[in-house]
Amino acid sequence: MAVYVANGVDDAVGRLAERPGSIVLAGGTDMMVEVNDGALRPLPDADVVVVNRIAELRSWRHDPAAQTVTIGAGVTYTEMLDEPLAGMLPALAEAARTVGSPQIRNAGTLGGNIGTCSPAGDGLPVLAALDASVEVAAAGGRRSVPIGELMLGPKQHALAADELIVSVTLPVIQGWQGYAKVGVRNAMVIAIASTCVVLDTNRRSVAIALGSVGPTVLRATSAEETLAATIDWDEQRVDPAALDELARATSAAAQPIDDHRASAAYRRHAVGVLARRLVARGLATNGERAA
Amino acid sequence: MSDHYTLRVNGADYEVRDSWPGESLLDVLRDRLGLLGTKGACEQGECGSCSVLIDGGLVCACLVMAASAQGQAITTVEGLAPDGAPSDVQRAFVETGAVQCGFCTPGLIMAVHALLDGDSRPPGHSDTDGLSESAVREALAGNLCRCTGYGRILEAVERVVVERRR
Amino acid sequence: MTVLDAPSGVRAGTLGDSVLRPDGDAKTQGTFEFSSDLTADGCLFGGTLRSPHPYARILSIDLSGAWQTPGVQAVITADDVPGRRTYGLIVADQPVFATDIVRYVGEPIAAVAADDPETCRRALAAIHVEYEVLTPLLDPEAALDPATALIHPDGNVISSQPVLHGDGNATGDVVVEGTYEIGMQDQAFLGLEAALAVPDPGGRSLEVYVATQWMHEDRRQMADCLGLDPEAIRLVLGGVGGAFGAREDISLQIHTSLLALRLGRPVRMAYDRAESFLGHVHRHPATIWMRHHATADGQLVKVESRMVFDGGAYASTSEAVLLNAVTQAAGPYRCPNAVIEGHAVRTNHLPCGAMRGFGVVQACFAHESQMDKLALACDLDPWEIRLRNAMRTGDRTLTGQVVQNVAPVEECLRETAALPLPDEPVGGQLRADGSTDVMKLPGGAGRTTTTSEVVRGIGWGVSIKNLMYSAGFDDYATARCRLGDGVATLKFATVEVGQGFVTLAGQIARSVLGVDEVVLGRIDTQIGSAGSTSASRQTWMSGGAVAAACRAVRDRLFLHVAEQHGVDPEGLVIDGTDVLDNATGWRIGVADASAGVDIDETVEYHHPATEPLDENGQGDCHVGFVFVAHRAVVDVDPELGLVKVVQLATAQDVGRALNPLSITGQIEGGIAQGLGLAVMEEIVQTDGVIRNGNFTDYLLPTFLDMPDVVATLIEQPDPLAPLGAKGVGEPPTISSTPAIVAAIRDAMRQVDGVGRPLDRVPVRPADICLPATTATAESAS
Repeated sequence: MAVYVANGVDDAVGRLAERPGSIVLAGGTDMMVEVNDGALRPLPDADVVVVNRIAELRSWRHDPAAQTVTIGAGVTYTEMLDEPLAGMLPALAEAARTVGSPQIRNAGTLGGNIGTCSPAGDGLPVLAALDASVEVAAAGGRRSVPIGELMLGPKQHALAADELIVSVTLPVIQGWQGYAKVGVRNAMVIAIASTCVVLDTNRRSVAIALGSVGPTVLRATSAEETLAATIDWDEQRVDPAALDELARATSAAAQPIDDHRASAAYRRHAVGVLARRLVARGLATNGERAA
Repeated sequence: MSDHYTLRVNGADYEVRDSWPGESLLDVLRDRLGLLGTKGACEQGECGSCSVLIDGGLVCACLVMAASAQGQAITTVEGLAPDGAPSDVQRAFVETGAVQCGFCTPGLIMAVHALLDGDSRPPGHSDTDGLSESAVREALAGNLCRCTGYGRILEAVERVVVERRR
Repeated sequence: MTVLDAPSGVRAGTLGDSVLRPDGDAKTQGTFEFSSDLTADGCLFGGTLRSPHPYARILSIDLSGAWQTPGVQAVITADDVPGRRTYGLIVADQPVFATDIVRYVGEPIAAVAADDPETCRRALAAIHVEYEVLTPLLDPEAALDPATALIHPDGNVISSQPVLHGDGNATGDVVVEGTYEIGMQDQAFLGLEAALAVPDPGGRSLEVYVATQWMHEDRRQMADCLGLDPEAIRLVLGGVGGAFGAREDISLQIHTSLLALRLGRPVRMAYDRAESFLGHVHRHPATIWMRHHATADGQLVKVESRMVFDGGAYASTSEAVLLNAVTQAAGPYRCPNAVIEGHAVRTNHLPCGAMRGFGVVQACFAHESQMDKLALACDLDPWEIRLRNAMRTGDRTLTGQVVQNVAPVEECLRETAALPLPDEPVGGQLRADGSTDVMKLPGGAGRTTTTSEVVRGIGWGVSIKNLMYSAGFDDYATARCRLGDGVATLKFATVEVGQGFVTLAGQIARSVLGVDEVVLGRIDTQIGSAGSTSASRQTWMSGGAVAAACRAVRDRLFLHVAEQHGVDPEGLVIDGTDVLDNATGWRIGVADASAGVDIDETVEYHHPATEPLDENGQGDCHVGFVFVAHRAVVDVDPELGLVKVVQLATAQDVGRALNPLSITGQIEGGIAQGLGLAVMEEIVQTDGVIRNGNFTDYLLPTFLDMPDVVATLIEQPDPLAPLGAKGVGEPPTISSTPAIVAAIRDAMRQVDGVGRPLDRVPVRPADICLPATTATAESAS
């Protein structure tokens, strides 16, 4: 086995194809935890393909015509906090700021978040709420996968072993978006419940994605539709009673479990509260826009 | 490739031999290169004791596969006082009582340098003059200390900020 | 918090000055050698095979896979223990390696020495153990039931201790009761367990470098199990990365030594974090029922309590932990009557023993929660009811012991109340752009909360803590002082864990002997015991020993000078470098004064004797007491149950502040651990299996969780203490926990007028916002 520092996407996927069983190393913040505790050992006849120095993965670009941003899989959380990226994707920046510590944010990448595919991955509810499209490459070519189809379950995704996550394309929307996350500590904590809300003024649609309350990130579709129909889009206003209904519907969409981090009941409760609070931040209620 | 590679640490090149595949930079620094100033306490990137700089960015050495850091500039605590003269941050830690058992100290020293020397500043903080207490706390939240309750460490950081402003 | 300036008139480097650590430069530059940094030529790496089951019979152990692993040098089990096969601090009930039965998840079964850690890991994985899994005993109440099958030959009850004081039938006008639970806390020192054992040629003696708390007690237990004379073991302190009680018991000392002696080669062992959670004892989880009786105006009449401490699989210090809890069940208050029963039981949970606060933490959470209930019932302010009952010098404890120390409980309360409340509103001042700093709100960067959703509460906690060991134990301390060439050399086996005795020892020598230049010898067993670095005892005990040794050297020097130079020894002082006759102004350099004589004194310091409790739990069982008050201010998000501790104010009885900066560090650090227990720290076990034995899931307070601490030191030198100073390490941890929980209750009362019981720590978010449901389905069972 070798640690192979790839210099380009083709180089990386070529190596993955050539050496079956090889694994992709991005920021290392998830994989090395498994290596350190002995749960993961690289196979003798396979490689660790290091991708965090591939220029294409380390960059992002804004397409004003398409109104999209494409973020390389190797962009770190720290980089997502920087303007102008943060201004175009504020919910992603908010999520990035909740990831671990500065040390983790300097190493961890958006592609790694997708590759690990934990239901608690902080970037994932944002990608889900924005209907992100994930571009993946293999020796045979590239394809795009909607994020909703990619995430299958806890640490399970729909990518083949020889596929490399290259980038994520997200819409730059008109309207408000935000992310909130509950943990038992005021910093450096894994989400026990998280919520991303996107209010798309142009399309007059609502997206609500929930983390840590199911086998993978969930969309609260029924709550989204009900709320979208209730909002006064012209006035950017919503009836407070609709927010209570939103909390109930969001909680109903959760499929949480009890574990050592929190109870299912609390997780279900928390995503409802977070959805209500986020929407209240984005819209005027009772004539006032929440802080 | 991984059974023999070169790491550039504190400006010097080190040959790494017999490292097992996947071995962390923390273990290689300590066990292979004899650079024991970098400490390990959690193996999960949760405590910050193993904080080092790679190309100027603060990371946990336990989460870096050592062989993947070839060709990058690694700075450890040993690189801060190469001639035995402590840095201003190191001096401030001693003078303010920020050190007790000292196990978290090298990692914290690296994190404070990263914060004050230009990296890992929270959003909205372009210079140390405007560094609020809360921003310092956020920037150092990845470094656990079990002895001090952080109060004296905050004091040390504030002392360096004031000194550097002079 | 503001560090107090050294009092004017204090000579630099002496007692009262905030002297800096002598090891500070080494620790900041990464050159300080922690035990995990030590190695030796030809050193092998040791590892431990541990039980995956909480309770099982070992049917067979097949070591062949390990032996066949290339690079393995030794594989050992209980059969390879030449001496006693069990060890323990109070009773030797814990096997070095399990033989027929394993009693907790993590119990050692075998150890391997190999060329490198990775080989060691593979060899351990290749050992095949066949188990018959048994039904574990996990309910402490069931452990008390005589009908329950015994899980250990010593029985399921480790210790039972009543305290019956005054009139057991007394009743009060006002009665409040409650049942409180304390979760299992981990000491979570950052410097993981590590040891290096270097055998002497011949294999009948060895040198062991280890991070521990009590060198001589380690050596005693090691010698027993290794079948060696204690003198054959030279224990040397490896740099200690924090302790907090977790290094008082044996962990890897015996295993490492066995491997080294077996191979005649140096062996080092080092735990990783997961193994550390299994390899040391923890703070006892406890269930405590209390009923307080008081007069209508809030004077305590009687305390009743039943306490059950879960000791886990082995005894460790459970008996002493329980003694502390039952004897201090009423807290720092006068209470004429008490009916208390306490039990420490054995279960198949992780073994529990010492942690900062040692039994009093558990009792304090219960009695302080009760004092708040009593205040409500009497319509008194929580502060006022504490003041009305505050203990004073001359009062009796629940065991009938007269408190002879200074007991400034009232001063602690008044001085804490006088400290300023936070000057910032909820969420802090708005920033220039009108936004709120989310880091100042509950939930922090998670952006869960806005200012309008937060309620602020204030709570109180006050505690008493016994100093030193109790119930007849003579935990003396030894120190040596030698004067040569004008330099004082100190030697002691007092373990430095970060608390700063190495700083203090120099200050004592400069003050008592008077010589400025002080050198510290290596901390090892080449001198008598110093006792344990625990129980807030080293300032008093080892401080007393160093002071006595320095005094003996000074007196001998003065006699020598008097003889040589015909001056009056009574009039001499040392001013740092010279011996000075105050009457005449005559002086001579210390080096010249001591030329030709070897002044070398070793002194044992013993505290006044204590006695075991009688059958009713009465007797003078404690050496002395220290007191502290805490006031917590917290911001709570009631709907999500999230908490941000905003400020901790405290006034602490320190006797005399020997090093204000060092005390500040103890106060702030101790409060951080109290905060951890209040709102986040708990080892969760399900069916006897630890679920969060790592720092991803066992949460320690971060920089953003710790509040501002404002502190006042109550300086009333204690005439019983050798330097007038009391230990300061434990009090900050003890009543900060109930103060924080009381503040959360206060906030919640403001929300709905009712509040939440919050009778369990750590308080979990669901306990606050969903009180009808349990916070986790997997509560520590």
